[in-house]
Amino acid sequence: MAYVAIADRDAPIHDPHTFFLKYIWSQDHKVIAIQYAIVAISVGLVALVLSGLMRLQLGFPGTFHFIEPQDYYQFITMHGMIMVIYLLTALFLGGFGNYLIPLMCGARDMVFPYMNMLSFWVYLLAVLVLMASFFVPGGPTGAGWTLYPPQAITQGTPGAGLGIILMLISLGIFIVAFTMGGLNYVTTVLQARCRGMTLMRMPLSVWGIFMATILGLLAFPALLVSAVMMTLDSTLGTSFFMPAVMSLGEKLGHNGGSPLLFQHLFWFFGHPEVYIVALPAFGIVSDLLSTHARKNIFGYRMMVWAIIAIGGLSFVVWAHHMYVSGMNPYFGFFFATTTLIIAIPTAIKVYNWVLTLWKGDIHLTVPMMFAIGFIFTFIHGGLTGLFLGNVTVDLPLSDTYFVVAHFHMVMGVSPILVVFGAIYHWFPKITGRMWNQKLGMVHFWMTFLGTYAIYLPMHYLGILGVPRRYYALGNTDFIPDSVHSINAAITISALIVAAAQLVFLFNMIMSLRKGEKAPPNPWRATTLEWQTPDTPPKHGNWGPKLPVVHRWAYDYSVPGAKEDFIPQNEPVDPKLGAGRDHGTHR
Amino acid sequence: MSNTVIFTALASGVIVWFLIASRLTAKSWESQDEKGDVGAIHTAPERIGLWIFMAVVTSLFSLFISAYAMRMHVGAWCHITIPNILWVNSLVLVAASIAMQRARWAADHGSRSGARAALVMGGMLSVAFLAGQLVAWQQVGPSVYFISGSPAIAFFYVLSAAHGLHLIGGLWVLGRTVSRFAAGAELVDLRLSLQLCSVYWHFLLLVWLVVFGVLLYL
Ligand code: HEM
Ligand SMILES: [Cu+2]
Repeated sequence: MAYVAIADRDAPIHDPHTFFLKYIWSQDHKVIAIQYAIVAISVGLVALVLSGLMRLQLGFPGTFHFIEPQDYYQFITMHGMIMVIYLLTALFLGGFGNYLIPLMCGARDMVFPYMNMLSFWVYLLAVLVLMASFFVPGGPTGAGWTLYPPQAITQGTPGAGLGIILMLISLGIFIVAFTMGGLNYVTTVLQARCRGMTLMRMPLSVWGIFMATILGLLAFPALLVSAVMMTLDSTLGTSFFMPAVMSLGEKLGHNGGSPLLFQHLFWFFGHPEVYIVALPAFGIVSDLLSTHARKNIFGYRMMVWAIIAIGGLSFVVWAHHMYVSGMNPYFGFFFATTTLIIAIPTAIKVYNWVLTLWKGDIHLTVPMMFAIGFIFTFIHGGLTGLFLGNVTVDLPLSDTYFVVAHFHMVMGVSPILVVFGAIYHWFPKITGRMWNQKLGMVHFWMTFLGTYAIYLPMHYLGILGVPRRYYALGNTDFIPDSVHSINAAITISALIVAAAQLVFLFNMIMSLRKGEKAPPNPWRATTLEWQTPDTPPKHGNWGPKLPVVHRWAYDYSVPGAKEDFIPQNEPVDPKLGAGRDHGTHR
Repeated sequence: MSNTVIFTALASGVIVWFLIASRLTAKSWESQDEKGDVGAIHTAPERIGLWIFMAVVTSLFSLFISAYAMRMHVGAWCHITIPNILWVNSLVLVAASIAMQRARWAADHGSRSGARAALVMGGMLSVAFLAGQLVAWQQVGPSVYFISGSPAIAFFYVLSAAHGLHLIGGLWVLGRTVSRFAAGAELVDLRLSLQLCSVYWHFLLLVWLVVFGVLLYL
């Protein structure tokens, strides 16, 4: 089976014929990718609605009576968890990973297609279990996306009964799904690249997804361990995480457990998780910038090494989320150091993106706008990360809106901008249709400016000391009236941004139905997925013969070449000669 | 956590070594032409998949054991008295591992019946091991409610259950291999499965021995 993915196609392999096998119970990586994407975006919309409700409460406290305090906590928790895991992780790896890895590496499919299919269905089950928690008595958990015990499972926290259990089970199922998919992505990259596609000729998108998958495979077990032990604490009364607690005047049966242990486990997963989302975004944005600036990516090798360095370092910084948890202060010193070190490869990447644009032949297409928008929001969020990485600066800012602003800039807005850029970029290949550019631009500007209007003021709120995760602020001395007006303004921006996403959905549906037919390579890109014989690519991707790669992925604007791009599978032209240095010739 | 950090350091080490070995210093923008060798490891994807999976499982158990080590020092901890049957179980699992290795050797020497017998033997010993674990569960605590009493006992249940589930997963693959034997598949086609099964069994044996050692000595 696996060899089908690698070999040239001598005998016709059995293409599925029935609708059911072709589009539902399908083993084709492209169909699985679309299935992943549709489910992820659908739950993402649920999370978006939840954030709108939260904002209504914060912007206009006391106006919306149907939002009770416990609802608010449930909204925060579900919003955060869905966005981070069920939307971003699933979309980048299950969606883009599935679609791009085989196509960009020149393979016919993933190496284990059956397991790949199961991965999607198990993911869907995880989503359904999570959604079911909205309908159980007590509702979903309201413990915050970090699910800290003891409060996550003690009475008084919304959803402390069934809600949290369903959350933990759903996470466990998700991890199983992720592992099945992840084994596929890594093995495919290692084993199924076509002739000539060395590791150092892979597009950075593949590098980012590859490294993120490795991080996920090593980090998700930490979440699984904490989920299993917390489930037992809650159902069987063990004391892994639960100390002796007095709850509602009664002493609970637990004794001696360590909430701090949970925090260590959670963040051992949690910090790599932010890079599981960030690395694919880094990779994809590199390719978007290079393609639409008609210029080779600046410092390809450094970009690859930076991805690897970030991946490794992301396992030794987790406790920067725990500066205020009461752990040993020497740890704080250690983790502050590692945290600041990780900023170095990150900064290198940012410089290289900017230098890629430098003197490029920039085409301001919709995907390019999103890619450039990403550079802004990411620099912004990265800088506030440097603030928070220092213990003394973090102590007063921890648990304020400053942190909310930081992580939304860096892992909310930035990756989402890349997701949109990537959708606009690859949509013509995936569906064979072009978008409406004008609506795309409207969507970009509303989203980009709108999110700035949301998150920029939040930094100020945080510096004032406005705490995060509060249902209402009430009247407190240190909170001036201006905070309330800012909150109202933020809410209005949030509603506008939410409306902008309707433009996106409308545009997508209209383009699907009425969009102009897409040429095979509308952006004139070099990478293999644009060189398929059919658009959209058929089952098996490459027709009878696999492509053969002759060059790296970034031969744009090569002097002397007849076009401003040379596809990776184009044989060497002896007249052009080899041994040019792309870094300096412009 | 330090165990886990050491493990991830090792894992990253392996990854970095692999990447360096695959010429990560290549200046890919200078050299163009087609290279047949793309640096893939010349082996079946299934084998790579298994090794990666074992890395994931190692991460899982390192984290469990890290949690054990950290929880020990916190409070209300009392050591578990190891039921003697665990020694027997360990021996049974060693025997299962040996049987799997013999299945592999038999296949290498072209002995179909030998391979099948050893494989079935390995499966049966593994089932015996699991049954033994259930007995141990019974001996450690008379009922599940007991596990709330002592964190060490709770850890024992969790660790042995996690290990047992991985073994059951292995048995499922083993069962499929046996049924392919029954369906008359060629020995050459089965060799890869036998090799992978034996590797996985040795790995699970190692995991169990580490877990057992942790319960005994930590
Ligand atoms: C220059 C690099 C970065 C540094 C130095 C940094 C530092 C920090 C620190 C110290 C905190 C803890 C703040 C607190 O709770 O008091 C934090 C929170 C957070 N960071 Fe970053 N960060 C960086 C980049 C990133 C990236 C790239 C992402 C995601 C893509 C990210 C996502 C998050 C999230 C989600 C949280 C909040 C978690 C929570 O409490 O719910 N950070 N960051
Ligand atoms: Cu972090």
